Amino acid sequence: MNFDVRIPIGLMFTLAGLVLTLFGLETNGDAAVYTRSLGINVNLGWGLVLAVFGLTTLLLGQRGQKRLENPPPQSGSKRKARRGR
Amino acid sequence: MSSLTAVDWLILLLYFLFVLGIGYALKPHMKTARDFLQAGQSLPAWICGLAFLAAGLSGQEVVGMGAWGARYGLESAQLFALGAVAAMVFLALFMMPLYYGSKARSVPEFLGLRFDRKTRTLNACLFAAMTVFSSGISLYIVARVMQALHVFDGLARTFGWGPQASLLICIVLSSAIVLAYVLLGGLTAVLYNQVLQFFLLVAGLLPAVLLGLHSIGGWSGLKAAIPVSSLNWTGATGAGMNVETIALGLAAGLLLGAGYWCTDFRVIQVALAAKNLESARRAPLIAVLPKLLLPLLVVLPGLLAIALPTPRTTTVEQTIQGEIIRTTTVVRPEVEAGQGLVPAKVDPVTGKPIVSASGESPLDYDLATPNMLAHFLPTGLLGLAVAALLACLMSGVAAGAAAFNTVVTYDLYQPCIRKGADDRHSLAVARWATLAGLLLSAGVACAAVHYPLLGSNLPGALGLAFALVNAPQLATLLLGMFSRRATGHGAFAGLVAGVVAALLHHGLTLPGLTLSMGAPAGISGGWIAVLHRYPSAMAQSICAIVVAFAASLVVTTLVSSFTKPRPEPELAGLVHSLQRRGTQQKQGRTSFGR
Repeated sequence: MNFDVRIPIGLMFTLAGLVLTLFGLETNGDAAVYTRSLGINVNLGWGLVLAVFGLTTLLLGQRGQKRLENPPPQSGSKRKARRGR
Repeated sequence: MSSLTAVDWLILLLYFLFVLGIGYALKPHMKTARDFLQAGQSLPAWICGLAFLAAGLSGQEVVGMGAWGARYGLESAQLFALGAVAAMVFLALFMMPLYYGSKARSVPEFLGLRFDRKTRTLNACLFAAMTVFSSGISLYIVARVMQALHVFDGLARTFGWGPQASLLICIVLSSAIVLAYVLLGGLTAVLYNQVLQFFLLVAGLLPAVLLGLHSIGGWSGLKAAIPVSSLNWTGATGAGMNVETIALGLAAGLLLGAGYWCTDFRVIQVALAAKNLESARRAPLIAVLPKLLLPLLVVLPGLLAIALPTPRTTTVEQTIQGEIIRTTTVVRPEVEAGQGLVPAKVDPVTGKPIVSASGESPLDYDLATPNMLAHFLPTGLLGLAVAALLACLMSGVAAGAAAFNTVVTYDLYQPCIRKGADDRHSLAVARWATLAGLLLSAGVACAAVHYPLLGSNLPGALGLAFALVNAPQLATLLLGMFSRRATGHGAFAGLVAGVVAALLHHGLTLPGLTLSMGAPAGISGGWIAVLHRYPSAMAQSICAIVVAFAASLVVTTLVSSFTKPRPEPELAGLVHSLQRRGTQQKQGRTSFGR
């Protein structure tokens, strides 16, 4: 196993969420931008949701990565022994 | 409809960066052909499960399911989701122990173990050709969508290229990124990006669905806005799907589901990359629940697009703001002739909406989902949605490339061209095969761009490709896995019979009930003689699949009953009823490891 995939995913969603949130804050109240979305500032709201999701995933990923690097005894990282049934 | 702004591009670039970054970070781990082609068989179940799910959400499927929703309604799509779920459970319970336990590295290799060399080689060739072809179509369909969203128009204009260039930019750019990350990170990168794609798809499409529902007045509003028939199956048959009976539809759903989820190596490779049999079996099961909910995300946009009022009503609001970016003040003829947000089909030659003899214009359903996104998402979120669509395209094409390079290396190069090639050599072959496969796919897509008539008929050919490859493969695999009596000659004859039957069926039938409505003979069928006309291209494809499956099943059974089966000890671990004993007996059948 190489690295925990949750780290890049979490990082990307955090960054994308932040970009959307900042853009949403900047354009807040600018009706022209949000005519399409029925006057709702979706960038702000959804950006925050994505950022929270991203951060959670990132934290989970970091915990997973630690476990990968110091594997708990018994399940070896080499996983040569495939246990068929 | 405006093109993308700086924020949109920022998000799009962020996505590209991470996709390539994942590939780059995995590069040091790609030491052997097994690392590259099988992800080192080391992945946990949940990654495989999500990637498994994402494997059924490639570009043409996301676009296609929106189109499906617009055309046939929600429940008919649910029926096919149910078919897929049944297939996934069947795969996990019965087929995965055989696939994974046999240590086959690909589906053709499993056929080789169970039957013989010729079956394996034939299946490998058919599969490789089908993969390249369908990746090419996927590239073309998504490029068209991106053109409709004006994503790459600005880029094409900066270089001073014509309107067709935006299509080519999309095709070349996405193939190049796919090439880079597959070469860098192999199957692991493909699977990681499929997981990323899944989350991105939810993040990109969900706001548009929620806004669409909000605008139409919630679920009850949606129900009121569309004819009752589009919400249930009987309506779908009346509305143009025209599969004669519900039973046939159900059978087709099961057949399509099993043909894809149980035999297509682009899907199976995901589960085979799991770290052990337990994880490999759990992967399809993890995918089941989200699979049942997915139609709400990918089919609903299409349904909403057809139910919403045609955009001309909203233009008044927009002009008050004095924004010049928007050019929707004039309702274009294809939008006028369309229904809701779905425009009418445009003649690729004249650029005007196509009008049939009966005065109706066929709708361009492929644009249902993209138009929903463009209609509801403001700049910012639109970038995210475009990234999600591109992610679906790229990870579908990448899965195709990864399956192609595995099959070419393990099933064509190693056994047929150079026996006993060492690992470094195989790794190099796998990398070159990736390049070749992607070049071919991009070539198919470019050909479709260059010849608009070919392009407009190509997507229909996906059903034919499925009938040629997946349907016969499903028949032989089922017989091989569940009957000791099936023989190698039988399986080979069955595969050939399936191909011949599908081709004959295609050559003798045409979609379109009347001459004026129907496509001309040629790529849509009828190139031998037109014996039968189907009400729709969908009905033609489904019947082709049924015919090919049945022919393959019958011929395999017949030939098998006249030929000598392999002795039972040889089949241990390859046939369901001989499974228990198999695990101890079978050792070193294939090279374990490499």
